[in-house]
Amino acid sequence: MAALFPLGWEHYLAGGLLLGVGMSLLFVSTGLIGGMSTVFTTTWSFFSGAPYFRQERFVSSRHWRLVYAAGIVLGALLWLILLGEPFVTAVPYWRLAVGGFVAGFGARLANGCTAGHGICGMASLQPASILAVCAFLATAMVTAHLVRAFL
Amino acid sequence: MSYRALAFVLVSGMLFGFGLALSTMVEPEVVLSFLLWKDMGLLLVLGGAVVVTFAAYHLAPRVMKKPVAGESFGRHPSEMAVRTLAGAAIFGVGWGLCGVCPGPAIAGLGIGNWPMLIALAGLVLGAYVQGRIAQ
Repeated sequence: MAALFPLGWEHYLAGGLLLGVGMSLLFVSTGLIGGMSTVFTTTWSFFSGAPYFRQERFVSSRHWRLVYAAGIVLGALLWLILLGEPFVTAVPYWRLAVGGFVAGFGARLANGCTAGHGICGMASLQPASILAVCAFLATAMVTAHLVRAFL
Repeated sequence: MSYRALAFVLVSGMLFGFGLALSTMVEPEVVLSFLLWKDMGLLLVLGGAVVVTFAAYHLAPRVMKKPVAGESFGRHPSEMAVRTLAGAAIFGVGWGLCGVCPGPAIAGLGIGNWPMLIALAGLVLGAYVQGRIAQ
């Protein structure tokens, strides 16, 4: 166990179950699917008149998605107040910027990320989501190894 | 959407954000150590989340006519298409470079991980470029 989980395993499992509880509450209470990356597209509908961002599915979900994002910040803040310590990443800024850009482009092209395909899509046993998860796990592992080897 | 439904959305988001912080997914270093095969924790996070969500997605529509504060149960729009797989592969390259995906980029702000703002700016710009190319 220690070899697989050098930092312990309990917090991973507890955190993961809690993600599921949040996703389940959203579904049972509102019927909504709690993917995360769509908020980056729907929020553009406030600022851009471009037809892509003005699609009904984006305009109609832009408010609740922002409320959902605000809840996520508040939930993490609550963890900080009750249990945790602040944390500041040491990943170089250029990697955050470039990686974020590439991930944002890809997630929106795929119409889902680790939450949308990884949790919601897999939990509804959708073949396209399961393949998407295999695809992004593979390219992410290759990229991380290349970065460690060459940068 | 009613204020009652939005209150549920807010609380659901809070549970999700708390879970992301508790599972340390808000630390890109932990995500990267999974991708480098040093710590398998992310599999427990994803597995735990999928099992609970699976139960809700399959049971709720059977025992409830409609959601507590909604009209109908939705479904994640997964499309078996080149764009889904190509997008996922591209997403993985970005994720592997920075160790940040959309949920943790947002949740990270709540624990004072301010460089997540840089990743968040990247995600927002990436989504913009995708939208402009797609139309």
